[in-house]
Amino acid sequence: MSHDHSKLIRMATQMAQFFTSQPDRPAPEAVAAHINESWTPRMRQDFVAQIRAGAEADPVVREAAAFIRLPAA
Amino acid sequence: MKDFIIPDRDMGTPAVKSDVTVNLIVDGIPVSVPAGTSVMRAAAVAGISVPKLCATDHVSAFGSCRLCVVQIDGMRGLPASCTTPVTEGMVVHTQTDEVAQIRKGVMELYISDHPLDCLTCAANGDCELQDMAGAVGLREVRYEPGANHFARRDAEGPNPEYRPKDQSNPYFTFDPAKCIVCSRCVRACEEVQGTFALTIEGRGFDSRVSAGMASDSFLSSDCVSCGACVQVCPTATLIENSVIQIGTPEHIVKTTCAYCGVGCSFDAHMRGEEVVRMVPSKDGKANHGHSCVKGRFAWGYATHRERQTQPMVRERITDPWRVVTWDEALDFAASRLRQAQADFGRDAIGVITSSRCTNEETYLVQKLARAVFHNNNTDTCARVCHSPTGYGLKTTFGTSAGTHDFDSVDETDLALVIGANPTDGHPVFASRLRKRLREGAGLIVLDPRQIDLLNSPHMGEGLHLPLRPGTNVAVLTAMAHVIVAEKLYDEAFIRERCDWDEFLAYAEFLLDPRHAPEEVEKLSKVPAELIRKAARAYAAAPRASIYYGLGVTEHSQGSTTVMAIANLAMLTGNIGEPGTGVNPLRGQNNVQGSCDMGSFPHEYPGYRHVSDPEARAIYERAWGVELSPEPGLRIPNMFDEALAGRFKGLYCQGEDIVQSDPDTRHVTSALAAMDIVIVQDLFLNETANYAHVFLPGSSFLEKNGTFTNAERRINMVRRAMTPKNGYEDWEVTQLLANRMGAAWSYTHPREIMAEIALTTPSFAGVSYDLLDREGSVQWPCNDKAPLGTPVMHIDGFVRGRGKFVHTEYVATEERTGARFPLLLTTGRILSQYNVGAQTRRTENVVWHPEDILEIHPSDAENRGIREGDWVRVASRSGDTSLRAHITERVAPGVVYTTFHHPTTQANVVTTDNSDWATNCPEFKVTAVQVSPSNGPSEWQEEYRHHSDLARRILPTAAE
Repeated sequence: MSHDHSKLIRMATQMAQFFTSQPDRPAPEAVAAHINESWTPRMRQDFVAQIRAGAEADPVVREAAAFIRLPAA
Repeated sequence: MKDFIIPDRDMGTPAVKSDVTVNLIVDGIPVSVPAGTSVMRAAAVAGISVPKLCATDHVSAFGSCRLCVVQIDGMRGLPASCTTPVTEGMVVHTQTDEVAQIRKGVMELYISDHPLDCLTCAANGDCELQDMAGAVGLREVRYEPGANHFARRDAEGPNPEYRPKDQSNPYFTFDPAKCIVCSRCVRACEEVQGTFALTIEGRGFDSRVSAGMASDSFLSSDCVSCGACVQVCPTATLIENSVIQIGTPEHIVKTTCAYCGVGCSFDAHMRGEEVVRMVPSKDGKANHGHSCVKGRFAWGYATHRERQTQPMVRERITDPWRVVTWDEALDFAASRLRQAQADFGRDAIGVITSSRCTNEETYLVQKLARAVFHNNNTDTCARVCHSPTGYGLKTTFGTSAGTHDFDSVDETDLALVIGANPTDGHPVFASRLRKRLREGAGLIVLDPRQIDLLNSPHMGEGLHLPLRPGTNVAVLTAMAHVIVAEKLYDEAFIRERCDWDEFLAYAEFLLDPRHAPEEVEKLSKVPAELIRKAARAYAAAPRASIYYGLGVTEHSQGSTTVMAIANLAMLTGNIGEPGTGVNPLRGQNNVQGSCDMGSFPHEYPGYRHVSDPEARAIYERAWGVELSPEPGLRIPNMFDEALAGRFKGLYCQGEDIVQSDPDTRHVTSALAAMDIVIVQDLFLNETANYAHVFLPGSSFLEKNGTFTNAERRINMVRRAMTPKNGYEDWEVTQLLANRMGAAWSYTHPREIMAEIALTTPSFAGVSYDLLDREGSVQWPCNDKAPLGTPVMHIDGFVRGRGKFVHTEYVATEERTGARFPLLLTTGRILSQYNVGAQTRRTENVVWHPEDILEIHPSDAENRGIREGDWVRVASRSGDTSLRAHITERVAPGVVYTTFHHPTTQANVVTTDNSDWATNCPEFKVTAVQVSPSNGPSEWQEEYRHHSDLARRILPTAAE
């Protein structure tokens, strides 16, 4: 069983809401950077897997998945 | 060896600050003091003690006892040395025939109305009246017995002037028979504590010290039991019950309070290994001789009968505990932890460090995770309180800590207090702030509740912005809008210290009409005009400071709020000078320290990210192991992973996550899903109900180490007694680590601090030698600042230029609706601390025996709720029952309670919503419904049943 499905996306959505209002850099990159800095590899893997599996998510969150650093397989 | 430390000498009157030095001669000794100093203090500086009764350096001079008269060349009569300021060239004689005769006469009068039961008096050996009788050579009292205040009866019957002892306060006794009406207690209550509970009633011979109205006792009065009156009383009139029971102390151990983040320094007055009393240190740089009811009096938990001093284990959490040897407990713990890793992977176990334990202990626990478990699964209770402070202040200023020391409040012109209730949560700081408010400083409070600070006697008008819980960002951004729209910002500061283009972008963001007070009024329910008034007042004050608490951080936008606060300070140039700054009021005694020590899963000590190869290399070298470059699990993530079946083992030192963390059912089901939960604590706390191993902990009185308070001040904690469990907490961690193959060999916490200093740039200069010498230092303490750093960001921000982060308001997902129409917000109360594990095991329960729900009269009436009724509070997460108190302190639509008592389990109701950046739980906003109830809820009954079962201990087998 993986990390609670809706929760990771919910957390990423909260980050997206914040970074969307920041002028510094594109929100998806900022969200991914924050996730890379603070989530464990397994949480990141679960998150990306959920997005790839087509989980419903904000467009920024969806785009952020591309910038998530995943552990070497 | 126990050092006998000579108590601080009383200099008679408070120290005075002045740039002008005055020279005088006292008894032939030349002495130089700041202008404005009293003759009494100047004499004390010269080493001469002028006899005194009403004077003490805790409070300003009063001049009533006339015992301190001196002769001054060229001055007529004999002036009181306490109220006479020094002048240049003054020549003072503290002892002449005339002076001596007057003093004897004064003492004779005092003694004529004082019982002479000195041998059996509780102040025997520590009585200033007795000392002064000796000092002035009083040998006889010529007055015939007559009207007096001390004899129960005289020849004609009961003495109408006699008043019995007031023993209503659990910690001290008031014996009017011993009172000399010096009014030190009344002045301490006013000047030091700021409560104004005491007064002198009557005049002349009828004068008496009185708590509140004639019908009041100490307990029923406004008295907050801070003990300042007890500390200054020169006789046995106000005295600690512990002194009455034990006698006078024989040595002193200097240490630091283990309650809130103010970090008061204390002198533990000891007799053998028994504490006689705790007296706040006058040289304590955070508290300057003051304390609150918790620090001074509520230390009895350390010897409470429920304290567990033996290790225990059990196979399953439904089994009763089995008392075992340390060896057995540690073997059991270590093998189960290793088994969990073998079965479920390296990342399947973790630790929670304690914000109540020392820096050294915390450092070892996070080291255990990183170097022995080989993962970064370490977190601390700061996750659930001030993690947004760390993130927000690091992003904007460059350091994860408050900017100023507490002394700075003496110079502030206006304090903006946001989401904090200092008179209850940080009482000694509140007293210092109140003192400044009485001197004329302004006050703005942003809080859903009418906090007591707003009712400070003798302060000017305070502005209260009673915002709806969850709208901090909107209101603070609206204040910034006003400051920019009305051009009240400090352009020179912004140009010099921040990025001007970033400011312009932020200004454009702010000026959008959605941030205008009129728009924000609709969300926050704070009148637009009040927001404007507050913004103007904050911007106009020459030196404005911000103090904030968990009402800022414990929200879904906690980190954004911290950054909004930082923005306000930068916009107005309120950084880098005394009296200004951004200061988080930290909750627990060592929550700053536990963060500094690398308790967070993504940061090494000194806030360096685990992915930073340089920092990692330092620890790989120091610890001789390869370290993981990936962030570990935060506490809420640990729970989620446990429920996902991937996190199986937890070592939790000195925290009670079942009670302190949100959404209790989520926490307990996560713990129940683990294979090995190890709790190290003084008591079988609520978390221990879900544990397999209990390792007994040691109290702060039983260990050496350091705590770091909210002002980054590293204070010494010194061992005053032998640990009842046999080990200091760091030793237990070391034993566990070594069972898992670590080969650590620390013999004293000073060696751990040396390792911290060696590996952490901001602590490079810290050592026990330095702390012993200086008393305390504030980090950063290194080559650049060998004695530490009281005020940060003086010439520039640590990160270079201050950063304006845009602060868009995003409403929390936790919304009221038809089913849950009210907003619940939580907080704390003066007499209890955090989960109450300590304070509930002291006499403090007389002030707060249970958690109470505050509800507005209109909300109560709509629901048919009367004062004191049992009510049920239900949220989407769960429900609990407690009694209601009807009050207008909360706005309509808002209810409030505390989380000090496990029988209430207020956190059954709170949700798993959290801050976007740090996962700090949203304790402060929960949509609830409140309805009448006839007693504890089903959950409470169920939980009580489980607790009773889980706390069973098997009787030890007969020898």
